[in-house]
Amino acid sequence: MISGFFVFNQKGEVLISRLYRTDVKRSISDVFRIQVVSNSDVRSPVITLGSTSFFHVRVNNLYVMAVSKNNANAALVFEFCYRFIAICKSYFGKIDEESVKGNFVLIYELIDEILDFGYPQNSEADTLKMYITTEEIKYASVAENSSKITVQATGNTSWRRNDVRYKKNEAFVDVVETVNLLMSSKGTVLRADVDGHIVMRAYLTGTPECKFGLNDKLVLDRAQRGNSQSDSGGAVELDDCHFHQCVRLEGFDTDRTISFIPPDGEFELMKYRSTTNVNLPLKILPTVTEIGTSQVSYIVTVKGSFSPKLSATNVVLRIPTPLNTTSVDCKVPMGKAKYVPAENVIIWKIPRIQGGSEPTFTGTAQLTSTTTKQAWARPPIDVDFQVLMFTASGLLVRFLKVFEKSNYNSVKWVRYLTKASGSYQIRF
Amino acid sequence: MNRAAPKKGENYELRADLNSEYREKRKDAIKRVIANMTVGKDVSGLFPDVLKNMQTEDIEQKKLVYLYLMNYAKTQPELVILAVNTFVRDTDDPNPLVRALAIRTMGCLRADKIIDYLADPLQKCLRDENPYVRKTAALCVAKLYEMKPELVIDNGFLEQLQDLVSDANPMVVANAVTALSDIHVAATSEPSTSGEPQPGVFNINTHILSKLLIALNECTEWGRVSILTALSRYKAQDDKESEHICERVVPQFQHANASVVLAAVKVIMIHMRHVHRPDLVKQLVRKMAPPLVTLLSAPPEVQWVALRNISLLLQKRPDILQNEMRVFFCKYNDPSYVKVEKLDIMIKLAGDNNVDSLLSELKEYASEVDVDFVRKSIKAIGQCAIKLDSSADRCVNVLLELIGTRVSYVVQEAVVVMKDIFRKYPSTYEGVIPTLCANLEELDEPEAKASLIWIIGEYANKIDNAAELLEVFVNTFVEESYAVQLQTLSAVVKLFLKKPDSAQGLVQKVLNTATKDCDSPDVRDRAYIYWRLLSTDPAAAKAVVLAHRPPITLPRTTVPPIVLEELIGDISSLASVYHKPAETFIGKGRLGADALQRKAAEQDDEVSAQKALQEIAAGQQAENLLDFDDVPADEDRPTGLAATSFTSTPAAANLISGKSTNPLDDLVSIFGGASMEVPQQPPRANGLGGLSSPIAADPFASLGGGASRTPGLGSGVTSPVPTQSRQQQPQEDLLGLF
Repeated sequence: MISGFFVFNQKGEVLISRLYRTDVKRSISDVFRIQVVSNSDVRSPVITLGSTSFFHVRVNNLYVMAVSKNNANAALVFEFCYRFIAICKSYFGKIDEESVKGNFVLIYELIDEILDFGYPQNSEADTLKMYITTEEIKYASVAENSSKITVQATGNTSWRRNDVRYKKNEAFVDVVETVNLLMSSKGTVLRADVDGHIVMRAYLTGTPECKFGLNDKLVLDRAQRGNSQSDSGGAVELDDCHFHQCVRLEGFDTDRTISFIPPDGEFELMKYRSTTNVNLPLKILPTVTEIGTSQVSYIVTVKGSFSPKLSATNVVLRIPTPLNTTSVDCKVPMGKAKYVPAENVIIWKIPRIQGGSEPTFTGTAQLTSTTTKQAWARPPIDVDFQVLMFTASGLLVRFLKVFEKSNYNSVKWVRYLTKASGSYQIRF
Repeated sequence: MNRAAPKKGENYELRADLNSEYREKRKDAIKRVIANMTVGKDVSGLFPDVLKNMQTEDIEQKKLVYLYLMNYAKTQPELVILAVNTFVRDTDDPNPLVRALAIRTMGCLRADKIIDYLADPLQKCLRDENPYVRKTAALCVAKLYEMKPELVIDNGFLEQLQDLVSDANPMVVANAVTALSDIHVAATSEPSTSGEPQPGVFNINTHILSKLLIALNECTEWGRVSILTALSRYKAQDDKESEHICERVVPQFQHANASVVLAAVKVIMIHMRHVHRPDLVKQLVRKMAPPLVTLLSAPPEVQWVALRNISLLLQKRPDILQNEMRVFFCKYNDPSYVKVEKLDIMIKLAGDNNVDSLLSELKEYASEVDVDFVRKSIKAIGQCAIKLDSSADRCVNVLLELIGTRVSYVVQEAVVVMKDIFRKYPSTYEGVIPTLCANLEELDEPEAKASLIWIIGEYANKIDNAAELLEVFVNTFVEESYAVQLQTLSAVVKLFLKKPDSAQGLVQKVLNTATKDCDSPDVRDRAYIYWRLLSTDPAAAKAVVLAHRPPITLPRTTVPPIVLEELIGDISSLASVYHKPAETFIGKGRLGADALQRKAAEQDDEVSAQKALQEIAAGQQAENLLDFDDVPADEDRPTGLAATSFTSTPAAANLISGKSTNPLDDLVSIFGGASMEVPQQPPRANGLGGLSSPIAADPFASLGGGASRTPGLGSGVTSPVPTQSRQQQPQEDLLGLF
């Protein structure tokens, strides 16, 4: 398994280094620095030199790297690297060189706890926070608690303490959908699907048993889909869903109930994917014409195709321009548009688009003459946005029931958000 | 221990602080020591001073000191002994966290002296009432095994671990399984002295199986991976049990952690071999698809691992993702390693129902910026045409459009791809040739040039100005790369055989240049063979050079079946990512021919082992065929290795060897004849040096002398005759060599 775990900064300096097995030496970090950090031509996240394999993940200005000498489980190693990143974010709010340098003692404590002899151990940030903290822990107080902690960290519900108390019992459910769109230049949808995340923030006393219901209809067989269309009345078809480890998978497998004892605080209850009947909140109608070799004219219309009561916020369109663009004159009815030469794009930011409205961007890019014959590659237009209280898949939370011994009343809140960032692409 | 302590410098200050009377100052100093250690400064000199701070109530400080100890214990074995007492005392601490910490750290110290003190506390911790301590101790056994296996066996720790598999706590079960699997791998990979395969340490029986299946649903995600990996090793007693395992594992497809999903896929793929109920198989395959697709929304690195595995799974079960091609469409901002894999999978999924959208997608990719990716996309268009006969027309049209863009690398790659299409559909798309030839001057890459030359040679009779086109390459012959030279040579000979009148001068020129001025033995040899063939018997030359070639196909698998089976058992590991058995890159050189054979024998009987080896060889050959870059190698087959192709073209073989019907004779006559004659006839001073072979040189002499072709042929015919008479002896010589 994992023989060593390292964190490097952008220059390849070691920030964290921890060896778990004797088959690698500390100097292995030099090999990584030479082969990966200072090599601009790295095309794979795994590099095997001799019999040593380096797995790396780049995050902000850091390299998180794991070394293995054997036929390691690659998926597990990468999942672990990302888990490490998630834990750091949960502890320090962010992960970058500064936060790693400032908290290296804590990070050593953490990676010792979550990885033993190269095998990942309990890595739930919530549980870890009980016994690895930034504050000074007094030995005495720990002694009595730690039995509880350790029982909990290894128990059936390792994700939850059993002494949680709240005056007001509340649960917040956020349904966050990321729309992936790929539209061809002819306006046909090549690919439209929704990656949904249901994030729950549970502030509930004791060990509550929760039941969760959606208007879903999980379709695992596409052939069956056609037959069952008649009785689908308002149900959303989910292609697949994945659950937090607290959800009883056996139960879901047999009768599709989602029942669980939630961790305390925020966690991702469920991930799902839907590909049918995706409502695209924003329609983009681009007309881009190359006039000779010296100009490109743009007419890009954004159409908010959702209820006028709702609005899309933080809309950012990134409209690519040819590499030899010198200047662009932009005209927009709302928001701000400007040409960013460094990225070869026009960025049009619109703070808010009301449902039904159709702002249009018009502009002309001036080009310098070039010697290269190569045609402009026309990268797709990319759109980022957020629409509150709207789900592209049409998913709704039907109910969330909370059962607890003491039978308290709990308040439940549901919020919907549909967004896109970097995956809503329109070719032109 | 004689260390003269420096009186100043950072270490001196640190030492002073480590011995400070203030707790805070000492702790701060330890932190600085650790920071120095991380960046690689040598702080081993502070060992005794750090050690003094080990006994503390502050867990954080304790952890820091332990961290330091783990790093330097090996270099200071004498001093580590001082720490043993504290460790042993800590394993009796009322705080389970401290107990676990102590046992965890002791396992990592790797100093011989400590190990001897480890057994007793470990014994105690394995039976600790606290599950957290037990799970830590379980892993510690694996650590101990790595250092001193005999200590583990003598103390009966293995039996204790096996007991822990039945522990009430799922996490302890998971770690016990992890430790046992780790030890199992270490024990079985060790070269055994007796030659017998080592007995496994961790053999799963039905009792353990039920324990594992129960723990599976309760433990952490990582524990699930361990348990699933162990389950994949289990050999089911009967079909019913296999079905049971599959049914119990399927819910894990819904887990959020990609490694759990892949581990579950692995277990299902393995145990599905023994499931014979078609409805259940269908159901399992159906349930496998959505989670695999969902892995595509994971971070790029995980996605990549998933894609590589999907590519394997598709070779085993092409029906898994039948209707899912669209999800593999590349996003503009996907990392290039992900894009390449997606392309590969799209081709695997291509079918008549989705080829249109695939082609328009591939065309789109061909206009992107990343040159490598663009080339691969164009290649994919070719593969699509070869895979689906019905789509070939559309593919060719797309390629023509791409050639129309006149972007240099696009055109060149398209030419290479067109050559493959010609090889699959001979004389179907001749109308394209003028367009290709129009781009002749634009080509500067050897592969593209070689491809175009091949096309010209193949269709020489249909291209009016073929001689003219080829002459360009003949004129620059010596400057071209070897691949281009070989193709030019073959193409000119083809041209000559098809249109003897117009190419006579050209063929002489090229053979002359190739034999005289070329420094590649391959090119020279081929030129000699052609020359000899042409001069001996033009009909034979025709049969060999213009032989009918079987159309190329796109193999469904890129790895041989037996390797595929092995890789399926390694899903989600590095081996499955590289599509290579682990032995090939773990690099102990364990994969010899005998190892492979042994492995095959384990799986089945001797006969199938033989078959497997043959299959591997065949698979490699298929891979060569798949590798379209390798035109010369392919060309070599009918010509250079004429003897091997005698089954398909017996006429040719007969003609070459003159009268003999035994192909070996022919080979012998070429090689044996040469070796026999060398001593009698000193090498000629014609620039061929010691390699000169009289057989080949004969026609050279006659042609080179400015003689017309007919006498040249005549003199060539005579040369096999003397060798025929001597045939018997060289054949024995050759046998003697073996």
